Amino acid sequence: MASKGKREGREKESASALAEGVVAGDKRSLARAISKIERGDENLPALFSELYPRTGEAITIGFTGPPGVGKSSIIAKLIRLYRDEDKKVGVVSVDPSSPFTKGAILGDRIRLADHFLDKDVFIRSMGSRGHLGGLAAASRLAGMTMEAAGFDVILYETVGVGQGEVEVASAADTVVLCLQPGAGDAVQALKAGVMEVADVFCINKADHPQARGTAAEVRSILEIGHELDPDAPVPPIVLTRGDTGEGVAELEKAIEAHRGHLIETGGMERRRRASLRDFVISWATGRLEKEMEERLRGEDADVMERVYERRLDPIAASGKILRQA
Amino acid sequence: MAKVGLDGHDRGAKIIARALRDAGMEVIYTGLHQTPEQVVEATIQEDADAIGVSILSGAHMTLLPRIVDLLKENDAEDVLVFCGGTIPKEDIPKLKEAGVGEVFTPGTPTKKAVEYLRRAVPSAS
Amino acid sequence: MDTKKTAKERWEEARSKTPERDAEFSTMSGVPIKPLYTPEDLEDFDYDEKLGYPGQYPYTRGVYPNMYRGRLWTVRQFAGFGTARETNRRFKYLIEHGQGGLSVAFDMPTLMGLDSDSPLSPGEVGTEGVAIDSLEDVEKLFEGIDMGAISTSMTINAPAHVLLAMYVVAAQKQGVPPEKLAGTNQNDILKEYIAQKEWIFPPEPSMQVFKDMLVYATEHMPRWNTVSISGYHIREAGSTAAQELAFTLSDGFAYVEAGIEAGLDVDDFAPRLSFFFNSHIDFFEEIAKFRAARRIWATVMREKYGAKDEKSLLMRFHTQTAGVSLTAQEPYNNIARTAFEALAAVLGGTQSLHTNSFDEALALPSEQAVRIAVRTQQIAALETGVANTIDPLAGSYFVEALTDELERQAYEYFRQIDELGGVVEAIEDGFQMREIAEASARYQREMESGRRHIVNVNIYEPKDESDVELHRASLEAEREQVGNLKALKERRDNEQVERCLEAIKKACREGENVMYPTIEAVRAYATVGEICKAMQEVYGSYRETPWL
Repeated sequence: MASKGKREGREKESASALAEGVVAGDKRSLARAISKIERGDENLPALFSELYPRTGEAITIGFTGPPGVGKSSIIAKLIRLYRDEDKKVGVVSVDPSSPFTKGAILGDRIRLADHFLDKDVFIRSMGSRGHLGGLAAASRLAGMTMEAAGFDVILYETVGVGQGEVEVASAADTVVLCLQPGAGDAVQALKAGVMEVADVFCINKADHPQARGTAAEVRSILEIGHELDPDAPVPPIVLTRGDTGEGVAELEKAIEAHRGHLIETGGMERRRRASLRDFVISWATGRLEKEMEERLRGEDADVMERVYERRLDPIAASGKILRQA
Repeated sequence: MAKVGLDGHDRGAKIIARALRDAGMEVIYTGLHQTPEQVVEATIQEDADAIGVSILSGAHMTLLPRIVDLLKENDAEDVLVFCGGTIPKEDIPKLKEAGVGEVFTPGTPTKKAVEYLRRAVPSAS
Repeated sequence: MDTKKTAKERWEEARSKTPERDAEFSTMSGVPIKPLYTPEDLEDFDYDEKLGYPGQYPYTRGVYPNMYRGRLWTVRQFAGFGTARETNRRFKYLIEHGQGGLSVAFDMPTLMGLDSDSPLSPGEVGTEGVAIDSLEDVEKLFEGIDMGAISTSMTINAPAHVLLAMYVVAAQKQGVPPEKLAGTNQNDILKEYIAQKEWIFPPEPSMQVFKDMLVYATEHMPRWNTVSISGYHIREAGSTAAQELAFTLSDGFAYVEAGIEAGLDVDDFAPRLSFFFNSHIDFFEEIAKFRAARRIWATVMREKYGAKDEKSLLMRFHTQTAGVSLTAQEPYNNIARTAFEALAAVLGGTQSLHTNSFDEALALPSEQAVRIAVRTQQIAALETGVANTIDPLAGSYFVEALTDELERQAYEYFRQIDELGGVVEAIEDGFQMREIAEASARYQREMESGRRHIVNVNIYEPKDESDVELHRASLEAEREQVGNLKALKERRDNEQVERCLEAIKKACREGENVMYPTIEAVRAYATVGEICKAMQEVYGSYRETPWL
């Protein structure tokens, strides 16, 4: 089939040609570059050496919060505001809950459907399979690719509030935690360790009778943290309505204020350095893990057999495959 | 997996989506009431290998050729288009001529769709 | 022979010697079925409490004392496509031939609150029903028909208030006041979120619009049925029989609560609530479902909502055979499927019935196929003898045990929905949709693993595919409709339309009854799409979280 040949040809296209396409803002190039990230393509290092210098200018925001709070509706409304300011918006929609080995169904685009036809909004869904360096690293690379393609705002959206989600969201300059009234979300979030990484709190469904109560609850939890560390700013709490868009303008202001504060205090530089450092470590760890797996499957295949037979202990075995012994 | 047209009959789309997922594929579900433009735009952004269109509203002769044409306009004719739904037998050759890879009528076992995709899209297996 | 053993023990022993065939002995919804039902299955069965007499509480045996010996069920085939003018010709033909009840099917754009010129409409204008954009179309639909002399059933949900307003104004222009109008609109928005997915606003404001209509109709339209609470679509989406029963009745109770919240007395509106069920292929389970439905409704209406009027307690329902049970393979076999399903509906005591046409898995029904479908009902009514006695399956150990089981499962679902805070909250949580998606996936697995059989689908595969004459929708209606709409927008007083739309938004914001400004807006020829869009500015729009 001719079309199939064409597709295979594309898989082999050179990294520099693809990078050129991305930088020129070509959507298909951008989409294919992200596919290379997902597959851990051999051209990825070459591609990124060209794209990386063009990143670092965008506003990056991480969104996290339990399923069903209406994150996507808020994001849809927030995108509208950024579009009104003529900013190009990229969305990385991440579902870490999809099982690693099996397939996945990613359905979070649906709520952003109003923006499907806006040529300056690019939405990409990511599941959790096969990412070198973990999903957080892969989604980060996808976001950076969007930055290189000229997107001014990058939104990292996650489903849920587990450790995986926190990692994805905290790659951004500003982390927004979305909660809904009642339901004990705040307590859950506290347990999951998300409260600490969130810079802005958003209580959605502001028309709910318990909305103010939940805001007060979150505030009291935050103020306890504040007593322990009086220098840290108390994160703002914004009440929103995803269905009507009420409060989303305030949310945008709160995000902007957080950025402003970070830049002013030098926190931005510290934050980005720490995040890039984490990224390098997780990428290197991912590579190392892959190499070790390959050794165990190939040249060191006998090592595990000896461990199973109790002839070699696991610690010595790990030294062996690391070539330390 | 895309639901074009205005009908809300998403049982078939969901069953196929689940079957493809269970076969190890990554499925992006667009949700209901999508226009061909929206479906093609999502396909491009997600770099999908294939579009499965579920349509029961009778508008298949309007909407499916439109999707194929839009893919061509966007230099994405390498994306495979297949569909399922209430589609009269005599429309099937017309749809295939218009560039639709395969047409599944009601009652087709999901494994046929899985096998078809594995054959037609090398990276799906 | 061992005389110490009971007859039952001897039967069990004899039975165990012959192996059972390899099959799934459960209903299609997964209720396990025993080889034999005996009086032991109905211990403590109190006839008066569980069944009573036809036309008497708890109405298990039927809502009328004489049932089909008095009057047969109504053959009610739902149809309609093309433009208002074409449908008008069809209506006049039906009236000339003695039909007093008209049924309007709307096209998909109208059902979604969109105009014919919306970017979402191409290919669907006038194909599955009549296209209505403005009052002008409703005027054409009933031109030359005395709206005070007919009853009209409108299958419309999310924008039902707009169509009701158009119906009211079109009648006023004929000199017929709302008080004289008879009919029904489906207007069951809750099942849209659960199953049919034709929505406009989020659930909460939708319930507000429902209340506004209910209050308006209760005050001004004593002969109008504001809602037909529908399980049909829930079942078509892949639910079990128990889910159809439970979710439909819980929706019904939510509407009753809405009426009470709006300040109405339950007996002022409950007598005009009616239901719409699916009749699927598992024969006895369906019959049990219908019988359980009547008993639950009567019991809850009396015990929980304090209804006193008998008419508030009796559940009247329309039934349609299961569209999803039809196969595209060897379509003529669908005639047999539909006949069995029709029989279950009749044995379950339905008030009216739509039988599907055999070619509906392929396309919209052809005329010949519709005729066979109607004939199927006539054969059931006049030849089989099933209409000669009332509720003939009552007292069957099996049917009564199954009726009790479905009732039990329904109450279990009511409990779960209550725990989530009510129907709207459960919808927002995705509860019903998740349950249906699970049931539908389970059934699909059973079918694909060959544990359940569908003839000519996964067993006895078809030798050849018969050629069937199909109905083709034309694109003519779309061109005509879009042209008319453009002309209307040039002709009407657009400033007046703007003012009316502002008044609707104000009513939405301030919680006033939206029916009154909607009536004024349609009078000024504001379109369905314009009105719904204006309301969305206040109410927001709905997008589902898909449960796969």
